[in-house]
Amino acid sequence: MAEKSKINQLLAQFGYDKTRLMDILLSINEMQGFVGQEDMQNISDSLGISMAQVQETLSFYHFLSQKPRGKYNIYLDSSIIAFMNGREAVKEAFEKYCGISFGEVSDDGLFGLFNTSCIGMNDQEPAAIINDKVFTNLTPYRVMNLVEGMRAGKHIDDLVYEDYGNGNNSDPDVRAMVNNHIRKKSIILKNDYEPYSLLKSKLKDYSPEEVISEIEASNLRGRGGAGFPTGLKWRFGRRTEGKHRVIICNADEGEPGTFKDRVMLTEYQELVFEGMVVAAYATGADIGLLYLRYEYKYLLRFLNRKLAKMREDHFLGKNIAGVKDFNFDIRIQLGAGAYVCGEESALIESLEGKRGEPRDKPPFPVEKGYLGYPTIVNNVETLATAVKILHHGAEWYSNFGTKDSLGTKLLSISGDCRYPGIYEVEWGTSIREILAMSGADDVQAIQVGGPSGMLIGLKDINNLDNSELMKWYKPSGMMIAEKFFDRRLSYSDLPTGGSIIIFNNSRNLLREVVMNFMDFFIEESCGSCSTCRNMPLLMKNKLQKILDGHGIRKDIYDLLNWGKVLKASRCGLGQAAGNPILSSVFHFRHLYEQRIQSLTSFDSGFDLGKATATSSEFVNKKPAFHHF
Amino acid sequence: MNKKILATTSLAGCFGCHMSILDIDERILDLIELVEFNKSPIDDIKKFTKPVDIGIIEGGCCNSENVEILKYFRENCKILVSLGECAIMGGLPAMRNGIPIEECLKEAYIDGPTVQENKEHILPNDEELPLLLDQVYPCHEIVKIDYFLPGCPPRADLIWNALYALITDNPMEIPYEVVKFD
Repeated sequence: MAEKSKINQLLAQFGYDKTRLMDILLSINEMQGFVGQEDMQNISDSLGISMAQVQETLSFYHFLSQKPRGKYNIYLDSSIIAFMNGREAVKEAFEKYCGISFGEVSDDGLFGLFNTSCIGMNDQEPAAIINDKVFTNLTPYRVMNLVEGMRAGKHIDDLVYEDYGNGNNSDPDVRAMVNNHIRKKSIILKNDYEPYSLLKSKLKDYSPEEVISEIEASNLRGRGGAGFPTGLKWRFGRRTEGKHRVIICNADEGEPGTFKDRVMLTEYQELVFEGMVVAAYATGADIGLLYLRYEYKYLLRFLNRKLAKMREDHFLGKNIAGVKDFNFDIRIQLGAGAYVCGEESALIESLEGKRGEPRDKPPFPVEKGYLGYPTIVNNVETLATAVKILHHGAEWYSNFGTKDSLGTKLLSISGDCRYPGIYEVEWGTSIREILAMSGADDVQAIQVGGPSGMLIGLKDINNLDNSELMKWYKPSGMMIAEKFFDRRLSYSDLPTGGSIIIFNNSRNLLREVVMNFMDFFIEESCGSCSTCRNMPLLMKNKLQKILDGHGIRKDIYDLLNWGKVLKASRCGLGQAAGNPILSSVFHFRHLYEQRIQSLTSFDSGFDLGKATATSSEFVNKKPAFHHF
Repeated sequence: MNKKILATTSLAGCFGCHMSILDIDERILDLIELVEFNKSPIDDIKKFTKPVDIGIIEGGCCNSENVEILKYFRENCKILVSLGECAIMGGLPAMRNGIPIEECLKEAYIDGPTVQENKEHILPNDEELPLLLDQVYPCHEIVKIDYFLPGCPPRADLIWNALYALITDNPMEIPYEVVKFD
């Protein structure tokens, strides 16, 4: 337990503000490795909130712990790409050398081994976060060296085996062996822009109204995936009355397979911050928050330094950019490990120090968001794009992309290709071009938009009747088939938040890929809606049954019907939680059909031997059946 | 008309559903005109003596004996009906499903506050005893079930109407309030 005085000091630092509970818990967690009962009691007493309120936040986030963890805590990424790059061997090496299994802390308190969902390193997997430092490209041999180093009590910085990465990854405040892997630059990533030029000169010539009109004219749409028109969002925010208005930059990129925000924040953070200031100017906001996922904590000190510099240069603070009474500042809020916090209302809940459970809508955040104030939540990429648009003008911007989807999109491409990394492509780029530019051959399937997006395939093997499914399953509308690879990325055809994962023909789509994605949703459900809490697990069990050879035709129909139930969930996570199965049934129906028993109409898959194995062993009695 | 043959059993249940069958009151006299009971706790016939038309299952499966009896019923009954919450969903016994079976056994026979004399920490493993399953299973996760009558217990009228419909091969009326419980 931390001493009470220390806790009090901490609470004072955060002004005894219960909305800063996340920071308080994160600080204590960092100080002593966990937050214990007494600490919770102290917090509850001092902040005037109940124990339950403290505990419900604490228990929600998986980087926070109620029990002591290790001196070295190893969080090994469990995304599909990690598995494809040899995670199993790395995991076994960790278990062998640390002498414990995943999910455990060693008796001497030296090691803690934990699984964690995608940490945004899909271009350099397998990767792990050890004491907040990212270790990429792990191999069993490297694991052996790491564990030896830890046993010798080395500092985490001394365990780094590769050079620090390119660009700002080598900055003294970052020092991460993460590489940017920027493979294709276009209008956003091109280094043709002096940071803060907009704030230095042009901005004061625009009225806020004109800024919004310009963004509207550019037809910029949210880059997080949903594609809501940004100008309209800003207009709604501006229109809503409120004592304060809030700009939130959503940097909780949790969709497995995306890592563009990581690169944006490493190399183009000035563009992002400037975008936030511009958005604040346009909407009349005075509070700025950047919600940084815990996995990117290694960037925190660096980003804060950049913010301090901005304050020094009067790009934050009072009367910014020479505009009288334009006051705005940005605070970075660290998450604590929860995919669902990427959903904007869950993110706001988390910012307020609560569990990251999505809110009922309406009211939407633009009406009633952070602390009840009108709040505009924009993606990292959206904000950066807005700056470039204002700099060059909406007309210039309309030269790029397609008619309904102007501009460019950052793609995070990973999986079976020679050059995984960040590609900035114009909207309208076809899947075929993407495969060509990333060096992918022998492609079996592509996951567009991460697990909550959809799995698409090469050939139209699917001649079975999907018309019933088509009536309600609209994963944003797309088709399989050879011709599919000529479909183009755009909001009307093939929308995406930017995650592209490629699988070659050696991959077992159902057993490896779909099961991994289902595990992800089961792990990351906030548990608020019973549909999302239960159904993904039931669907996964059903798929397992089919994979075990006990499937019958009805199981496929069950999966489709059960998937429908998920559409009743409150947020996008729940609604998408069945997509890995649904989209694979839709695009890879043959994989299911070839596994089911065509002549059997009933098979529950129940195995009496298996079901009694544990108790048989425990009571030390051989199973002998036929009792009656 | 030949009498239909009926069989019933209670697996991991509390016999409440069987009590509810008896709650059809004087209609039991009508029932006896319509059916002949075979294997059932009501007449204590242990083994099926002939093919059965309708088998009624109360309770889910918590041990190996339950599973075997259920399969025995499936083999010998043309129609199988899950009667009540436990047969359909596992019911109260299924509350142990979130707890590993080792912990359940320990709590019951070693660590529990009501355990007084088990110094050798013996767990029941006599040959005569069935083995506990890792979880409590609803019947349809083990064998095919044809009909489900919900309730805890299902009300007597529902049981009567369902039986009557099955016996006379008529469709059954199920008013909304019969299947809506909240």
